[in-house]
Amino acid sequence: MLASTALAACSDSGKPRLNWYVNPDGVPVFEKYAKECSTGDYDLEVQLLPSGATDQRTQLARRLAAEDSSTDLMNLDPVFVAEFANAGWLQEVEGPIADSVQQSVEGEGDYLSGAAETVTWDDKVFAIPLWANTQVLWYRKSLAEAAGLDMTKPVTWDQVIEAAAAEGGTVGVQANKYEAYVVWINALVQGAGGDIVSDTEAGRDAKVDLDSDAGRKAAAIIQKLADSPAAQPDLSVSNEGTSLGQMFPAEGPGEFMVNWTFVYKNYEPGDGKPTTPEQFKDLGWTRYPQTVAGEESKPPVGGIDIGVGAYSEHPDWAMEAAECITSKQAQVDLALDAGLMPSTNSAYDEVAASGNYPKDLIELFRTSVDEGGPRPKSAFYAMISGAIQARWHSPTSVDPDSTPEKSGKYLQDVLEGKSLL
Amino acid sequence: MSSTSVPAAALPAQKSGPSDRARAETRLGQKLVAPAIVLMLVVTAFPMLRAIYLSTFDYALTAPDDRNFVGLGNYLTALTDPLFWQTTGVTVLYMVVTVAVELVIGFIFAMVMHRVIFARGVIRTSILVPYGIITVVSGFAWQFAFSFQNGFINGWLPFVGDEFNWFGDTTPAVIAIMVSEIWKTTPFMSLLLLAGLAQVSEDMIEAAKVDGATWTQRLTKVILPNMRAAIMVAVLFRALDAYRIFDNIFVMTAGAQRTESISFLTYRQTIEQFQLGLGSALSVLLFLSVLLVAFLIVKLFRVDLAQARQES
Repeated sequence: MLASTALAACSDSGKPRLNWYVNPDGVPVFEKYAKECSTGDYDLEVQLLPSGATDQRTQLARRLAAEDSSTDLMNLDPVFVAEFANAGWLQEVEGPIADSVQQSVEGEGDYLSGAAETVTWDDKVFAIPLWANTQVLWYRKSLAEAAGLDMTKPVTWDQVIEAAAAEGGTVGVQANKYEAYVVWINALVQGAGGDIVSDTEAGRDAKVDLDSDAGRKAAAIIQKLADSPAAQPDLSVSNEGTSLGQMFPAEGPGEFMVNWTFVYKNYEPGDGKPTTPEQFKDLGWTRYPQTVAGEESKPPVGGIDIGVGAYSEHPDWAMEAAECITSKQAQVDLALDAGLMPSTNSAYDEVAASGNYPKDLIELFRTSVDEGGPRPKSAFYAMISGAIQARWHSPTSVDPDSTPEKSGKYLQDVLEGKSLL
Repeated sequence: MSSTSVPAAALPAQKSGPSDRARAETRLGQKLVAPAIVLMLVVTAFPMLRAIYLSTFDYALTAPDDRNFVGLGNYLTALTDPLFWQTTGVTVLYMVVTVAVELVIGFIFAMVMHRVIFARGVIRTSILVPYGIITVVSGFAWQFAFSFQNGFINGWLPFVGDEFNWFGDTTPAVIAIMVSEIWKTTPFMSLLLLAGLAQVSEDMIEAAKVDGATWTQRLTKVILPNMRAAIMVAVLFRALDAYRIFDNIFVMTAGAQRTESISFLTYRQTIEQFQLGLGSALSVLLFLSVLLVAFLIVKLFRVDLAQARQES
């Protein structure tokens, strides 16, 4: 028994093995870096997590709650960092990287401040940003032109919905009952200058701000889309993948779609891709739509941060490996091979110089992360997210006169342990 | 068991109470079974006691320092929450509808399997195939079937449009989940009913036929009354199973559109939300409600379980 346990912790070469739990995006790059970042002391091995963010969180949390010593490194969605750090499941990051992250939060380091912000908790650094994702508005240039929409200027949600409806097109969003729906709602609320919750460091006593003009404006937009002919028929179960096919459908003028950065590589013509070069030329992109005309939008911030497990048997090696796999070159490779954008300015510069992406698109990604709106950072994030999903889903049931008020009260009750979720 | 009679003279003199050998065998039996009992207690009693203990705390896994003793507070929260009663209502609906439909279809299948003369093996196997499929797999299959994008259900049904989203509202989503559940577990019901059907004496049916009873009369006056114990066992097993419905909901709607059952609510509270206190309270309530369902069904059928097992 003891022998088999000892064997399990060792790789084929007999060196100790460090497990790196990864989400299934950019896996070939992870495997390459698992090899490159292995040293004479240890071997790094990639272990695959499920595809859904909630499932990834559940699997990691189950291991860490059981004080699993074989969880050495892990890819974390930004919203998990605060939860995991508060639970004591992550090693604190110290040294030059931590200093750089802290400076970047103030806008003075190499990390994009939106990305740096995601790894701090309680004034300490608990993970290293690997890639920083964000959403932009993808659209068919011909559709926008037919609707008379000037895409060189910021557009609002109202304009986008009306333009799509007028031309028989659609608007693609993520509105299934899952985390990405909260991403949308959070961006809408923040775009109107509000917040879902504030003072989140107070834990269960955080201030719920949803019952506000910003909350009502966000609800009005969701209601408007749900009631519009521009809504896609699967609106209530839509996800990042469902609206991709609506951009270049067999019939119809296409769509406006808010989605992550991977979309560009997804449509880029190539082997096995259904998009033709003519269609690809018709693909446009611009900053995330405004909730309120004239008020800067707050594009969602996502991505992946690398954390080191608190119960790892080799914390120093794991931290060393974490630095290696978040290196500038690794970030550049992820961007070029998998369309996952970097978290540092220096890596962004290199990706921009590579010519693999249009310059304006790269700059759009960078400013979107830097000026984006993170989701609430709280040890009770799962409750916040779940409570929002419970009261805002389905999109057809959202009403600006009642949803923000009811969901605000419900969220407060859930945080105080007075209500089931 | 042998029923050969032994002459009274050949029997050894009767002692009062069991013999030494019998007692030794009993002791040996107890020793042999002891490890299994200890193991059972460890794997069943410990988690249950731990759940009861945890249910008295306001405790989230991600905030270990904020753990507070709240006594029965979590039970009060759960029992006064409309969500608890709504999910319980949906769960009971799943249970009643699926078990009722399965009872009827399962009985028809059981009759077919019982009476079929040709291709017996093939027919019996095809009826039982869905039960051999893992619930998660059948959940996915039915989710695809009901999908308006690549499913075939909308094309088959004349009264729904091609773009009708079955998972867009509570009623159609609940129906879709029920269809998947019924498809998956009807064979189990028919298997149990087939066993009951096999126990109904052919002589009795023949006698009823000779007396001029119609087919319906033979069914309602002879076959069904003689299958009461088997029907009860089938209904009890399936009802308890249906009350714990989880997989189909997890796969098909993930609990959206108010389709979640009490098991799903418990899962979400404990595993997704890390709310160990409230989640444990819910799991204890789920356990108690399963006991209640079992008690009600046994009472409803007024069957003596010992008699059903043909014990004296």
